[in-house]
Amino acid sequence: MNRLGFGNTSLWFLISALLCLVVADITVTALNPWGEMLRLLRGILRPDMLSIEAWSVVWTIAFAVVGVGIGATAGFVLAIAFPHFSGVRGLAVMLRGIHELFWALLLIQVFGIGPATGVLAIAIPYAGIFAKVFAEMIEEADLAAEKVLPSGTSAISAFAFARLPDVAERFKTYTLYRLECGLRSTLVLGFVGLPTVGFHLEGYFKQGKYAAAAALLGVFYVLIGTRRLWARPTTVPLLFIGGLLLLPEGIGGGSSLANLARFVTHDIIPTPFRNGDVASLATWSGFAAWLQPIVWHKVLPGVWNTIVLAQIALVGMGILALLLFPLVSRQFAGRIGQPAGRVLLVVVRSTPEYMLGYVLLQLLGPSMLPAIIALAVHNGAIVGYLMGRHADALDYRMDAPKGVNLYAYDTTPRLFGQFLAYNLYRWEIIVRESAIFGILGVATLGYYVDAAISELRFDVAGVLILATVGLCALIDALSRGLRKALRISMLATRLADAPAR
Amino acid sequence: MDGDIVFELKRACAGYNGRPVLFDIDLTVRAGERIAVMGRSGAGKSTLLGLLYAQRPTDVALVPQVSALVKPLSVFHNVYMGRLDCHSTAYNLRNLVWPAACEVAEVRGVLESVGLEREIFSQAGALSGGQQQRTSVARALYNGRPTLIGDEPVSALDRVQGGDVLSLLKSHHQTLVLALHDVHHALAHADRIVVLEHGRKVIDESSRKLTANDLLHHFGGEP
Repeated sequence: MNRLGFGNTSLWFLISALLCLVVADITVTALNPWGEMLRLLRGILRPDMLSIEAWSVVWTIAFAVVGVGIGATAGFVLAIAFPHFSGVRGLAVMLRGIHELFWALLLIQVFGIGPATGVLAIAIPYAGIFAKVFAEMIEEADLAAEKVLPSGTSAISAFAFARLPDVAERFKTYTLYRLECGLRSTLVLGFVGLPTVGFHLEGYFKQGKYAAAAALLGVFYVLIGTRRLWARPTTVPLLFIGGLLLLPEGIGGGSSLANLARFVTHDIIPTPFRNGDVASLATWSGFAAWLQPIVWHKVLPGVWNTIVLAQIALVGMGILALLLFPLVSRQFAGRIGQPAGRVLLVVVRSTPEYMLGYVLLQLLGPSMLPAIIALAVHNGAIVGYLMGRHADALDYRMDAPKGVNLYAYDTTPRLFGQFLAYNLYRWEIIVRESAIFGILGVATLGYYVDAAISELRFDVAGVLILATVGLCALIDALSRGLRKALRISMLATRLADAPAR
Repeated sequence: MDGDIVFELKRACAGYNGRPVLFDIDLTVRAGERIAVMGRSGAGKSTLLGLLYAQRPTDVALVPQVSALVKPLSVFHNVYMGRLDCHSTAYNLRNLVWPAACEVAEVRGVLESVGLEREIFSQAGALSGGQQQRTSVARALYNGRPTLIGDEPVSALDRVQGGDVLSLLKSHHQTLVLALHDVHHALAHADRIVVLEHGRKVIDESSRKLTANDLLHHFGGEP
């Protein structure tokens, strides 16, 4: 009877989160959080539309479209090569394992704050993500047509005739959906200095100019909410070319090529190897002596805090999703309540968790609490939204109960496997984001990465980023194993795959 | 047998997914009647049962065509669901997490009658098709309302087992309207047989006046 089931798995996650909650620092240190929150609310109610920086909006779109476009193209090429070369698979894991903010912090060292940094910081990790998802879609495609092709058909013809038509629609939907993520990522890049919407938002929030922030954020929501209108297969090529032409000029940095050469051959190389002989034992013992304090004083505490934050946020997300999904289900919210719930969850989902964390940090003061709330709310809204769609796709028997009885006895039990699949899938995403929240001051891995970069110790930053990639890969493997053991590995996990309404 | 009218359809038409399925159906069901609805698949049986159910949903215990079980929950919970409307929500939630002994005893009693008492705490999804169907029947029995509408309630059971279940339904419910495909079951257990063909009623007769051949003539059921 001790087999791994939905119930005991959930229970273990819940217990682990409660234990993490005991050790986590979740105090509110701000002196007057309610007063500041009132000022924020007042600002939201009276947005200052005149303060909107139009160019920051244009540049946000330009960075997102060009970055996602290059990422999707590179990912497509990688995906075709994917099943054949394990090296490509490893490369894709590496590319997407490093968060776009880490990429931006590294790329700034080479290209300065400019168009190349912004575009590549999106394109590189997205290429890894696209490669993985496209490859999965190709694998899931219907193979019946390919089997009856005449023998001797070239691989490319076979792909173009028998597979591509089957997957093209899903590629298109997924790429356009990813554009939405690209906009959020671009906003967040503003927090490290790129001239996107996020750059101005950071300033406004810091100075308490909430009316200006609300106006700019409002434009951003409209941009995301209308994505289906302006980002279509016919407009994307125009947007891409326009984006390339409109990208802002860069500032500083000197020669990119010289920077790149210095960065790759010197900065990122661990100090003991820079002048030492790789073949000599002394260099290696020097490397061990160099590595040991990094592992003890940076990697391990960083990993620990990342896991603590992620575990609480993960369970918080799950609980929120279970509470929120009736809001977006016609079955529970009705024909009038459902659209309202949907708008609410889409707005929350469109709010980048990093920015949410930043705002909460200003309101509540430094502790783990802002990061926990930001991660739980953002991801909870995503999973809740998806669960609502699944709830409406279920067939209910004619004499099904109603209200709470339906929720507790029918909908939730039937969707629980799907619910766990989403949670376990987002586990790795939450860990990656938890690491990033270190840049805001929580002592997760990102905190140590940020500190190492600002001390110009890029070799140390490299070790810490590798540790982050390793941790994410570990969580990903664990999540996959659990989904397999729970027999939910075939269920939908991606936003673009949820049942249509 | 002149009981009160339970269901009454007059020149009823109905569609399914925008496609007309039933035409001009006149049907009166009185309390105490045991009616078998027969016909080829697609003849409109399920739609007819749906029309009847919609007339008085609060008086009817339903055995849907697909067993419609909540597969991750136990057999106990699935049967208990037959009476969710009789208890407070708080009590229902309590039974979801920690079933009360008295409820377990009562549900076990019902499960004994369909031969599933040993599976009471098994996951419904782990049962065989026939066991799932018997769970669905148990849910209707436990619900206990006087009228039962069943859409092929014994389709996954063998003839002997199916006959037992039909006898059980007859002994527990005053009025029965059952969609059946087995001619022998219909003749043995129903006192009135309605046959649909392409959405129209072609036979509505006391089962004593009908033979297996009369019925087989209208649809290719097995002899």
